[in-house]
Amino acid sequence: MSPRTLYDKLIDSHTVARLDDHTGPGAEVLLYIDRTILNEYTSPQAFSGLREAGRKVWQPDAALMVVDHVNPTAPNRNAEMPDAGGANQVRYFGDNSRDFGIELLDVLHPLQGIEHVVAPELGFILPGMVVGAGDSHTTTYGALGALGFGIGTSDIEHYLATSTLRYRRMRTMRVSLDGALLPGVTAKDVVMALIAKIGASGATGYAIEFAGEGLAALSVEGRMTICNMAVEAGARGVIMAPDQAVFDYVADKPRAPKGALWDQAVRYWSTLRTDADAVFDREVRLDADEIEPLVTWGISPDQAVPIGGRVPDPATEPDAARRKDMQRALAYMDLAPGTALEEVTIQRAFIGSCTNARLSDLREAAKVVRGRHVAAGVRGMVVPGSSSVRRAAEAEGLDRVFIEAGFEWRQSGCSLCLAMNDDVLEPGERCASSTNRNFEGRQGAGGRTHLMSPAMVAAAAIAGRLTDVRRLAKQGA
Amino acid sequence: MQPFTTVTGPAAALPAANTDTDVIMPKQFLKGIDRSGLDNGTLHNLRFDATGARRSDFVLNRPEWADTRFLVVGPNFGCGSSREHAVWGLLQLGIRAIIGTSFAGIFNDNAANNGLLLISLEPGEVHTLSTLAADPARNRLAIDLPAQSISGDGGPRFAFDISPLRKDALMRGLDAIGTTLDQAGAIRAFEARHHAAQPWLVPHAR
Repeated sequence: MSPRTLYDKLIDSHTVARLDDHTGPGAEVLLYIDRTILNEYTSPQAFSGLREAGRKVWQPDAALMVVDHVNPTAPNRNAEMPDAGGANQVRYFGDNSRDFGIELLDVLHPLQGIEHVVAPELGFILPGMVVGAGDSHTTTYGALGALGFGIGTSDIEHYLATSTLRYRRMRTMRVSLDGALLPGVTAKDVVMALIAKIGASGATGYAIEFAGEGLAALSVEGRMTICNMAVEAGARGVIMAPDQAVFDYVADKPRAPKGALWDQAVRYWSTLRTDADAVFDREVRLDADEIEPLVTWGISPDQAVPIGGRVPDPATEPDAARRKDMQRALAYMDLAPGTALEEVTIQRAFIGSCTNARLSDLREAAKVVRGRHVAAGVRGMVVPGSSSVRRAAEAEGLDRVFIEAGFEWRQSGCSLCLAMNDDVLEPGERCASSTNRNFEGRQGAGGRTHLMSPAMVAAAAIAGRLTDVRRLAKQGA
Repeated sequence: MQPFTTVTGPAAALPAANTDTDVIMPKQFLKGIDRSGLDNGTLHNLRFDATGARRSDFVLNRPEWADTRFLVVGPNFGCGSSREHAVWGLLQLGIRAIIGTSFAGIFNDNAANNGLLLISLEPGEVHTLSTLAADPARNRLAIDLPAQSISGDGGPRFAFDISPLRKDALMRGLDAIGTTLDQAGAIRAFEARHHAAQPWLVPHAR
């Protein structure tokens, strides 16, 4: 057999049937999906479709339902939803769990959290799996050696009824991170650098495999940040070859295989890598030591510059359509060309989301704020990625660090990443945010989002403006 | 879903790049449990101001673009969130096809699953159609899916590519789940082999 990429191997090993005569990119296959995770806002119409057609769920134990998008994150948790629509979605979610026999982590469940934080914590996702789920950030699971990709509601329904998807093979892109990151530079900066380099549609039509010594040196949680946000470059699936760090991460998770089954699994997982001579449709290289902490200035995740930089000038953009997009972005963000990013003042600071609210993220942010205080006029929020992360952080005293620094220490959920609950920016408010999308209105109509790493958000909250976390670190202790 | 064969009507130009699904369907319209009532939410902040009044200068609110059937869009249309509400809302607004240089992946699949035809053309061709769509005197297009062609009133005619499977499903308005369940035996056999080879993949029973 000719050399294959890891992506090709996973697609081949999950193909139930070919649907056309093609073989390469664009070929359509019936693809077996090992697991899905369902949330309360993209799944209701899928269950309604099953009910209308009188269809059952093919494999209820392969699905997990998690309330995360619409629930409040106020420190005192209760089951009340902030609005009637959200309450109705949560109620119907419960009905669907009961009627179709699928496990539910509802808002009061001790394991509740953001779906992409919870599923790895449980050991629900294992290397070698193919995971399709109704949320674009399903790419997160690439970090565990599982091919993850987002699907819409019609495909959720198709999956639930058949355990398969009608799937079109992607082209393949390998992104290699060469060398080692400089101090103060994080996984978030790596993925933001990739998006800035190839653009918001740079990986459209591609599945990305991340590789290289720089990636191998990162923690599994850091790799999740990278795989998670690669969808903002358009990647339709993300994978990394699982290594010992992944096996160590998975080993103690409640649903990981145990005993002889574990040994058998690790032997197989160790074979999950791209063949030496396999050819990718596109290769992208990033030099780790050239990456600096990045912040976005616009309304698309690829509109990012190093923190020491300035807001670009549309007048220097030769392409007329791009110039107009930049002007629109600056008008929405209320920024003048040439402004130093470090002069931009903020009113809100948000540490949270499936991109950056795992325990390691909270530790990094806590290191920055310890012994300091949020600037006057800034509201800072910390929303742990899951209830388990919240408990673990409290066990090591991080909650006290954040609270003493003037942050709100809240319950878990998607929260201000997309503001489907009652955590919303007011029109005109500017937010330093550890999330994944700076789209117009994403965090609230008229709200202005600057994306960055959690440590950079922490630094901005302390300074009251965007600032280089590395400088704050030097002044520290 | 509604079959697509030949559709004629006005086209509107939305040339901005990276029109994301938060813009196509803002979060406040995502709180339902059915697919209905999304036409009001579609492109809401472009069509309506903060008080809820129609923005008279937005193309879809102008009389020459009443009953718009097609959008001619900028690159990477539909990026961001997986929300299928974006596609449902566009269809409920009366949009039957969208023409651009590139579309985001999940949006592309969602469109195919609901009978919304996405057509990718070369940048020059999209520019020509965008110019036509912006001209109230020449904004009518005809799209012939069986012939895979787009034509303007007495103007240019472009051929487009589409996968034969998607074309057939769109033309017949097929139920994909029913088609797949015809292969239930093959899925069951695959699943048994797959779980025998990797027994750790067998889901934990509740």
